[in-house]
Amino acid sequence: MRIPCPYCGSRDLSEFVYHGDAAPKRPDPAAENASELFYTYVYLRENPAGPLRELWYHASGCRSWLIVTRDTRTHDIAGAVLAMESAS
Amino acid sequence: MTRFSLLALAREALGGHRGWQPHWRDATPRDFYEVVIVGGGGHGLATAYYLAKEFGITNVAVLEKGWIGNGNVGRNTTIIRSNYLLPGNVPFYELSMKLWEGLEQDFNYNAMVSQRGVLNLFHSDPQRDAYARRGNSMRLHGVDAELLDRDGVRAIAPFLNFDDARFPIQGGLLQPRGGTARHDAVAWGYSRGASLRGVDIIQNCEVTGLDVVQGRVIGVQTSRGPIRAGKVAMAVAGSTSRVAKMAGLTLPIESHVIQAFVSEGIKPLIPGVITFGAGHFYISQSDKGGLVFGGDVDGYNTYAQRGNLPVVEDVCEGGMALMPMIGRVRVLRNWGGLLDMSMDGSPIIDRSPIDGLYLNCGWCYGGFKATPGSGFCFAHLIAKDAPHPVAAAYRLDRYATGALIDEKGVGAHPNLH
Repeated sequence: MRIPCPYCGSRDLSEFVYHGDAAPKRPDPAAENASELFYTYVYLRENPAGPLRELWYHASGCRSWLIVTRDTRTHDIAGAVLAMESAS
Repeated sequence: MTRFSLLALAREALGGHRGWQPHWRDATPRDFYEVVIVGGGGHGLATAYYLAKEFGITNVAVLEKGWIGNGNVGRNTTIIRSNYLLPGNVPFYELSMKLWEGLEQDFNYNAMVSQRGVLNLFHSDPQRDAYARRGNSMRLHGVDAELLDRDGVRAIAPFLNFDDARFPIQGGLLQPRGGTARHDAVAWGYSRGASLRGVDIIQNCEVTGLDVVQGRVIGVQTSRGPIRAGKVAMAVAGSTSRVAKMAGLTLPIESHVIQAFVSEGIKPLIPGVITFGAGHFYISQSDKGGLVFGGDVDGYNTYAQRGNLPVVEDVCEGGMALMPMIGRVRVLRNWGGLLDMSMDGSPIIDRSPIDGLYLNCGWCYGGFKATPGSGFCFAHLIAKDAPHPVAAAYRLDRYATGALIDEKGVGAHPNLH
């Protein structure tokens, strides 16, 4: 598996560190139901069989956080963008 | 069906072995079952067996989307052990170990259970302390454990690379009762035992939907038609999230892959199961002669049942660091199996939020050794609607309450457990 890093180009999997599904967003700790929100954020995962947007860190390269779209059934990668630019 | 014995073997030998029958019935689905077990892997089959044998529930179907033995029960590295640290885990795995010890007599089938010992090596003073603590925890729970020094390890495995410059071997924690079993025979033995007692084992029958009415499960939709059920029990490790989604559940589970390897067959070389403490590498030798080994999970979500090359390289490097002699052996095959990685590295055997739907999942990379215990405790839960005492900590709500069972203490990172 090779990951197309926007800075470095196509690089080997061994240069990257995996951080999982990019969907969970850290909830507001001041929210009334914060403990429930944090339970969902920390532990529950959709774990889809199919395309997944996920966080990879290019540790042995440009040290950017990437959001990679990858099919979990085939390992086909549809694309990768910088997490910083994708965040909104 | 024949009861296996020396007499039966002699009789068949005289008859040219033409009288053997299939070991279990390949059933077609009926309209209704008291219990439908989704997943015909080791755990599902063991659950059906113990439901019938221990709890008298025989109106049971096991639904398997592929064929018996094609899933994780045939993809693991066949190791059995109960060398755990935490109170929530040790009694469960020790029950499983005791069931392994009596399994072949119990289900009258040769599962080739071989208690050849599991040896975990340590390579530093802090690691010795950690292993001593683990051994003490095991002994306090009545499990066998011996802390070996360098000479003790040398007596068992003189071929190891004791004086590796970075990771010299200082000793090891040995569980003499641990060992290996033949995984296919475990699947067949449970299938036969369940089938003999009236359980329907239905292959090529994929569950495509769970019928839930007013918060209660009443049946399943399958590729071979609908089946009504009193209770539905999920034992689909690797695909748990997909099946749970059919009932609208989101679980603390990710699917990952782990790779395993087998070498060409050679004469007896590795006496038991040996694990490298400075990397992640473990090895044993099958009775056929192949070295069976593996290492870390690949570390990313996948349903692909195959891994990538960096882990292959890492596993082989670990093996070469530990026992350089195996560099002359050729790898014959490698393959991948799906892992139900839970968020704390420990399994879930519990009721679900939906009435009549039971969960058995989250076995991470350690499901095979748990097969008898998992089946026994899951059958107990289904039959009595109450957890078996040794599996009472495997609750689904522990992620919300904080009563986690995290052997490695790495937190909610499934790829690190």
